[in-house]
Amino acid sequence: MTGPLLEVRDLATHFFTRAGIVKAVDGISFTLHPGEVLGLVGESGSGKTVTGFSLLGLVDPPGRIVRGSIRFEGRELVGMHPIELRRMRGRRLAMVFQDPTTTLNPVLTIAEQMRLALTAHERLPEAALRKRCIEVLTIAGMPDAARRLDAYPHQFSGGMRQRVAIAIALLHRPPLIVADEPTTALDVSIQAQILTEMKSLVREMGTSLIWISHDLATVSSLADRIAVMYAGRIVEDGPTVAVLRNPRHPYTGGLLESLPAHTAPGRELAQIRGMTPSLLNLPQGCPFAPRCDRADAICGSAPDVVQAAGRSLRCHHPLQWVAA
Amino acid sequence: MSAPLVVADAVSKRFTPRLSLGERLAVRLGSPVESRTVHAVDRVSLTIQKGEVLGLVGESGCGKSTLGRILTGILPPSEGHVLLDGRPIMTGGRRPAKIDRRIQMVFQNPFASLNPRMPIGKAISEGPIAHGLVRRDRATTYVADWLARVGLDADYAERYPHQFSGGQRQRIAVARALAMQPDVIVCDEPVASLDVSIQAQIINLFLELRRELALTMLFISHDLSVVKHLCDRVAVMYLGRIVEVAQAAALYAAPQHPYTRGLLDSIPKLRLDETPVTFYPIAGELPTPLAPPSGCHFHTRCPIAEERCRVTAPPLVQVGDRREAACLLVPATDARGYAVPSCMPGGPPAASPTPGLPLS
Repeated sequence: MTGPLLEVRDLATHFFTRAGIVKAVDGISFTLHPGEVLGLVGESGSGKTVTGFSLLGLVDPPGRIVRGSIRFEGRELVGMHPIELRRMRGRRLAMVFQDPTTTLNPVLTIAEQMRLALTAHERLPEAALRKRCIEVLTIAGMPDAARRLDAYPHQFSGGMRQRVAIAIALLHRPPLIVADEPTTALDVSIQAQILTEMKSLVREMGTSLIWISHDLATVSSLADRIAVMYAGRIVEDGPTVAVLRNPRHPYTGGLLESLPAHTAPGRELAQIRGMTPSLLNLPQGCPFAPRCDRADAICGSAPDVVQAAGRSLRCHHPLQWVAA
Repeated sequence: MSAPLVVADAVSKRFTPRLSLGERLAVRLGSPVESRTVHAVDRVSLTIQKGEVLGLVGESGCGKSTLGRILTGILPPSEGHVLLDGRPIMTGGRRPAKIDRRIQMVFQNPFASLNPRMPIGKAISEGPIAHGLVRRDRATTYVADWLARVGLDADYAERYPHQFSGGQRQRIAVARALAMQPDVIVCDEPVASLDVSIQAQIINLFLELRRELALTMLFISHDLSVVKHLCDRVAVMYLGRIVEVAQAAALYAAPQHPYTRGLLDSIPKLRLDETPVTFYPIAGELPTPLAPPSGCHFHTRCPIAEERCRVTAPPLVQVGDRREAACLLVPATDARGYAVPSCMPGGPPAASPTPGLPLS
């Protein structure tokens, strides 16, 4: 196995707002190998989107990366010159956003938008350019791509728009794609189509993928590894099946137990009490402690990351290890 | 079985945008103008028994929210009518008005359904006071009771919606609906905008209220797992029509209509072993409700469609014990599962190549 494609160490992105410092991402570390799919799971406000934005250098003021490192293909992205970063973005790492209705330019045809994305990094004769566009659109599951290339975004359904966005991300065959809730806005039958296509795509092109979602089931169908985020931190990280079968962090356990599929119909669901904390004034120590049944005095100090058997965990009182 | 509490009888809803000045001129001059009528709901008949929770599922644009609003009496149907306890819930005539407070609604987005300038206590008490359910001077304790019932503090009544989280707002919206002392509540995607850990709290609230208040509910959702958990019976909608109705357990165990089957196959399930997940997605996309396909609306995406599906719109027929489906290829049966002869009016032909496929 070659070295990791992406190595994030102690990354922290804070937003300096008038109300105070919002620690959206606060010291996360993970590693991604070539061809690997990482599912980044968390609720709204857990910092999963800001993590994606930080990787691509898309964090705007009042936010900035305050510490940590992002090593991608052996190069440090934190502190890289904006022009150099721009040369990487789209070519070496690309992003697919949540809402396909707002990420495409409504006044340009699909062909035009794809041309802009292509010519930002390479010069190609017109014929080759169109050929490439049709090729990636077809890979992304667009039927009859040649004819639809000259249509405008409003002429497509939500699912087709997301396919266009995925196709644009694929144009330069980047080694890493960050997809931020790409199927959340879509209907289940369309979501299933796109998940199927993403699976074969990752396998055929060997692309690494960071799939950000709040939906454990969606992520589990796609990801090799899962990282669970809570209040700006990765609380648990490990191989998908291991984490889902045997969650160690009480938050992961609580999330899994609260799924309706986990309880007989009509019975009360297990629920995590309270609500997600405000990132403006996080509790001292473990941010999950106020909602956690296992919390005690020691949780007033932040737990260190413990690593074992390919998994990492941040908890003073992890759930029992169950032998598979 | 007693008479159902809520009856929707062949309800249709069409939306036609008003023509622009230019288009009206064109019509006056005799040139044809393209019809833009959306058939949101197409002759839907439904019943809800007292104390029953009926789930209504379907993808966006299938008309489930419109149907919910018609059942609540917010929208007048273009055709058909809704009865509560045998009496219409709306006046007839040119300007139909809702005349029954006993059906209330909880909307999807608690950020939009609560007036940001009104303290929540007032939002809850406004309706009951207007309808004479409570005297103005007793309103404070009345509100406090309902807030307690949905798990909120009584002294929150003076606060404004922005001071609450999404889950709390949805509790407030539920309290507001319940304060009208309805017999039926219609919930339109009440947990869709909430975080996973908060969803479970609100689902539990519904379970608890149902148990304590013997509520009759229509629960509209695109989330099939939530519906499975909460509902007794489920109706599946596709492009304005009901394609299948069955008891929840039976529907999930052995869906009869090919659309229901496809929908259930599309739900991602939690992967708990190393076997890779394979989806069997429904091919193609939802056709536009502006020009729904002829015959069976689903024939353009259906894996088993035949020539006659293009032509004949299948009626909703009984296909077993307390279940109905609208598919030419699903054999009609009586409650014991015996085939109904094809000479029955409206019944499909007896020879059918498709047995009810179980879920894989």
